[in-house]
Amino acid sequence: MSPAFLIIAFVTLFAAAAAMSLRNLVHCALSLVVALAGLAALYLNLGAQFVGFAQILVYVGAVAILIVFAVLLTRSDATPNQAILAPGWLTGIVVSAVVFATLGWAALNSTGLPKETPPAPETTVKNIGDMLMTQYVLPLEVIGLLLTAALIGAVIIAMKEGSEKAKIEDGGLKMETLSSPSSILHPPPSSGGHA
Amino acid sequence: MTPLQGCLLVSALLFAIGLAGAVTRRNAILALVGIELMLNSANLNFIAFWRYGPNPEALSGVMVVIFSIAIAAAEAAVGLALIIAIYRHYRTANLDEMKNLKG
Repeated sequence: MSPAFLIIAFVTLFAAAAAMSLRNLVHCALSLVVALAGLAALYLNLGAQFVGFAQILVYVGAVAILIVFAVLLTRSDATPNQAILAPGWLTGIVVSAVVFATLGWAALNSTGLPKETPPAPETTVKNIGDMLMTQYVLPLEVIGLLLTAALIGAVIIAMKEGSEKAKIEDGGLKMETLSSPSSILHPPPSSGGHA
Repeated sequence: MTPLQGCLLVSALLFAIGLAGAVTRRNAILALVGIELMLNSANLNFIAFWRYGPNPEALSGVMVVIFSIAIAAAEAAVGLALIIAIYRHYRTANLDEMKNLKG
């Protein structure tokens, strides 16, 4: 194991532990950024350049910003003065320690793992693009559909309730002219008791 | 200890940290962050087995990780939207106070 790998792994694990244990949620989000960047460095260290830069683009660029926005929108950016851990936290710690012990034991004692280190494989972005367009073209299309659905779903879920209700009412009225059972699916808001 | 075992140990520790955070923290956002860390540790395992395993020319591990990153991004977007919708309803992001399904 190279010293570079050890340093990056130590930084990553330390930042991950900090992200899970700090009190202030903004500090947690910033530690998470460091942990994800460390993982990208680990990918680069292992020779997976495309995955490393995709990790930086997607996680450090997008997911971390999304988490910071969620922290600010739910107004949990102030340091909480009550306990930050759930009541049964000791059980959770013990369970995760057991999981780590099992995984570590299996990794250290498994006989099926390859012993020698092969030479670094020649991977170019061109190879990855070729594979994505030939062998993995169906999963690629499915992922595109999934991302579209998730985008629309996230917008609909996080929309303001008032406008959402108006939209549903609007759609319900339109659908009612086409098919009658939509009135069952969307009861009028006066009887629904929606807050 | 071979480099592959080192990667597996780092990944196992990362998974345990993420699991501990997802199970023990009160805030819903931190639970989601723990799940993201667990997903990332699985990705690290895939990359390590691709690098040190036989037949790396097939690029299977890299492909799985690329798709996994895309799915994790979708999951984060929907999960955070759910948290924001729940916050609007309950005025809290504390998991212990979300007890009713139809509040």
